[in-house]
This record gives sequence, C-alpha cells and structure tokens, in this order.
Amino acid sequence: MPHLNSVPITYTSGDQVEVYRFSLPVTVLVPLAAIFLQAFLPLRLRFFGIFELPLLVTLFFAVARRSQVAGLLTGAVIGLVQDSLTHQPLGVYGIAKTVVGYGASSLGVRLDVENVGARFLLTLFFYVVHEIVYFLVARGLLGLSLAWSWPRELGSAFANAILAVPLFFLLDRFKQKT
Amino acid sequence: MDNFLSRYRNVSILVAILFAQVLGLAVQVRRSSDSESTRLIRVWAVGAVTPFEKTIVWAQSSSSNLWRNYFYLRGVRQENRDLKYEIQRLRLEQVRLSQDAAQARRLQAMLGFKEQFISKTLAAQVIGFDGSELSRAVYIDKGSNDGLKRDMAVITADGVVGKVLRVYSSTSLVLLIDDQTSGVGVFLEGSRLQGVLRGTPAGGVVLEKILGDEVVQPGEKVLTSGGDRIFPKGLSAGTVTAVSRGSDSFLNIRVRPAANLGKLEEVLVITQEEDKTPVLDLDAPVRAVDILAQRLPSVPDKPPAEAGQPTAPGAGDVPAPAADKPSLVQKPDATGGQLPSTQKPLSSRPATQAKPKAQPAPVAPPQ
Repeated sequence: MPHLNSVPITYTSGDQVEVYRFSLPVTVLVPLAAIFLQAFLPLRLRFFGIFELPLLVTLFFAVARRSQVAGLLTGAVIGLVQDSLTHQPLGVYGIAKTVVGYGASSLGVRLDVENVGARFLLTLFFYVVHEIVYFLVARGLLGLSLAWSWPRELGSAFANAILAVPLFFLLDRFKQKT
Repeated sequence: MDNFLSRYRNVSILVAILFAQVLGLAVQVRRSSDSESTRLIRVWAVGAVTPFEKTIVWAQSSSSNLWRNYFYLRGVRQENRDLKYEIQRLRLEQVRLSQDAAQARRLQAMLGFKEQFISKTLAAQVIGFDGSELSRAVYIDKGSNDGLKRDMAVITADGVVGKVLRVYSSTSLVLLIDDQTSGVGVFLEGSRLQGVLRGTPAGGVVLEKILGDEVVQPGEKVLTSGGDRIFPKGLSAGTVTAVSRGSDSFLNIRVRPAANLGKLEEVLVITQEEDKTPVLDLDAPVRAVDILAQRLPSVPDKPPAEAGQPTAPGAGDVPAPAADKPSLVQKPDATGGQLPSTQKPLSSRPATQAKPKAQPAPVAPPQ
C-alpha cells in the first residue's frame, strides 16, 4: 500500500510498532546534556532561549520506548532536574513534562511517529500542551503573574518542531531494538 | 479493586505522580523562603551541570584573553594616547572633587553622619542561566567556599544586578532585578521619591509605589535607597524610560536597568559593608573659602526668641533637606558640643555657603 507511506501519521496496531530501548549512559547523559545546553547557551546566544531542549528529549524517549509508565517517569525526572536549577519550587516543569511524557508515549503506542512530518506535528502539539500545563501550574498553584501570548507560543512551537526533526534523527543513532 | 487498578494501572501511576508533585508544590509554597533549606536534588543537579559550564567559560575566557592580549593589538598605540590624555583630565577633576569630598567629610563628621561603605567585593564570572522562561537568574562561579552568603548584593560597574539567592559550595544562584519575585528599595535622584523596583513577567523593570499625584520625568536616575538592607545606598539601579497613569492610585513607571542584564559576564559580589563616621582630619588643608568665611564679619546669631520663627529672606535659597539626607544646618552638639577651631557653625554662615556643592569664588590665599 504505497499511498499509506505518504501519510504523516498512520494508525498501527500495537504489534506493528517497534519498541526501542537505550543504554544507561544514553538514558542519563542525553537528558543531562539537554539541561546543560538549556542553561548555558541562552547566556551566550539569546535567541536559543526560545528552544526547550529538555522537552524535545522527553518527547523522543517517550515516543521511542512506547511505554506510558516509562514516558511519564522520564518526563517527571527531567522536569524535576530542570526545576532544580531554577529558584522556583520543585514541580512546575515536573508536572508539565510528566503530562507530556505520558501523552507522547500514549500516542507512540497507537501511531507511527517515526517520519519527519509526524515528528514535526508531534512536537508542535506537545510544545503547546507543555506550555499550557506550565502556565496553569505557575499561575494556579504558585500565583505568579504570567502573560499568555498565542503568537509567541506558536512561534516557539514552530521553532522547536523544526529543531526536533534533525535532533530526533541524531538521537535515533542511540536506539537499540528490543 | 485489584481488577480496576490493573486495568487502569498506567493512569493510576500518572495520577499518583502528578498528585505527589502538586502536594510537594503546595508544601514548598506554604513554607516561607527563609526557612527553605537547599534540597538534595538541587545540590545534585547544580553539581552535575555547573562544572561543565565553569570549564567552558574558563576555556572561552582564556582563549579570548590570549587573542586580545598577545595577538590582536591593533589600535593599542592610539588607545594608549587617549588614555594618557584621559588620565590628565581626570587628575584635574580629582583635585576639584577631593576638595569637595574633604568638605563633605568635615560636615558629616560634625553631624555624626554614618555612611555605608562597600569595604570588600569579590569578582565572579557568570557561568550559566537557570534555564527557565519564568525566572531571571544566573549562576556565578563563586560559592560558600569563597565566603559568599545568601542575600549578598551583586553589582557591576554600571549598577545593581541582583542578589545571591542560593549558595552552593563552588557556585551561587543570583536572582536578577528583572525577575518578577525580586524587589529593590530605590529612590529617584531628582525628586527623592522612594519606591520599589520590581521585575515584570516579560522581563522588564518597573518602579512601584509612587503615588499618582507625584511628578516623575523620563530620564530621571533611579538609585538604591538602602532600605532593603541588601543593596548599599546610592548605587545606580536604572533610568526612568516611561511614565503613565496606572489603574490604581500609583504611577506606572518603566525603568531601564543600569547594568546590562542580558549580557552579564563578570560581576562583583559585595561581601562586606561597614557603617562608619568620617574622621575629622584637623591637619587637612583648609580651603581658602573657609578661611575667608572665618575672617569675614559673620551674621550675628539670632536672639533665642526668634529661633522658632521663619528664616530671613535669602535663606529660602537652601533647598529643604530630604528625609534621608541630613540637614546641613545642625546643632553643634551633634559632635559632642564642640567644633574644631578652624570651623564655624554653619548656621552662622550665609545660607548660600551652606550648600555642599557651592563652588567658591576665586579668592587669593590669605597671607
């Protein structure tokens, strides 16, 4: 069925999708590198602040492992470590990335999200979800005054989706088939 | 029940983890910031990330120093000439300012005026950002091993930057003044109005608590007031860029920070301040204008009955002393009742001479 190959997101049964695993150094060092770059690069390159590398790494691991529990745990740990570097209470990024990790892995179980278009749309969608959850937690639980701007959020979502495509291809090298 | 949990196992885990994090957030928000101890996860995260940042910043600054100091020396000769000229100009200015400073010290000593001095600073390099879009904070490469403590002021040559929020062994987190949770006690240089400088969610800085019926002009300098007990008084905080009426009874005043918070590389942490009263130096050279003022016939003291009455015309030239500025016309007993023989009580001088910034007319030195 060649026409199905052109569809960016295709429905597959649970048996058809491939499940990947990662070595321990990759599991630890890739999220740490993402958090390090997120903390270091915006200081030298202001525009880099628009990217959310820890979120992209969370999405990648969640989709590749295709396990909801693994996805939400990955999101929670990456989010909490990211929170640790800020002066905010622990849990703001943790909650947002837990939701994203669970959602992305749930989608990964049902859909084939290995191609470029699917990865682009997946990142676009979950970036907005992440920002909405983050906004609600920061505003509702911490009482911080935040301004929501759709143009800014959509612009950032596009930028992150564009970055996600080459980044995911780079990270594909670390995949190991189960 | 077991069937339900096994069927909705993943959702149950999600709910449990979210609930735990929300509960943790609530506990942290409920605790005051003073009682908050640094959690182990923060120490681990900072310990894992900041060594890489320090290494990269060190390598970057070393290579750029090597380039600038040994290879790229274009224009150094011209710069050297310009700097020599600048030194000459500054020397002339220093002579004038040292006379003013000496007079100010004499006056302060007479008034028992205590001043805050920055006695020790520590240079630190900015090595990283906190990585959050919500907050404005940076990491510096000095920590408790270097004597840093929480709430120490961080400045640059241009002005205030922020305060030390968390101290780790070899790094510290500095909260910038444009963070929305920060607050700096400030006053306007011209009008002496006091307010609070705060960050906004968009990363700007605003001056709050200035009543709507006050007049504030764009371009006015904003200085630290020292009221927050973190920043010493008189440091440059920024410049007013726009003023508008707020919805409440206060003005909306936007301020451009004096320090470039977007391009911080090196900062100074104020590690020690001291309050001291200037010592009266009786051997110091006396200005010609002071000697002249002694020899000229002075205005006789008013009789006690007139002491409470309004001052004579002409005395109105002296601006009313601000609340945070000691009055120049003080009782002599501020120094124990005695003034040095070379000094005269200021109240007996003409009002225009009491101004500390008044420039003396050219007078030949007394023979």
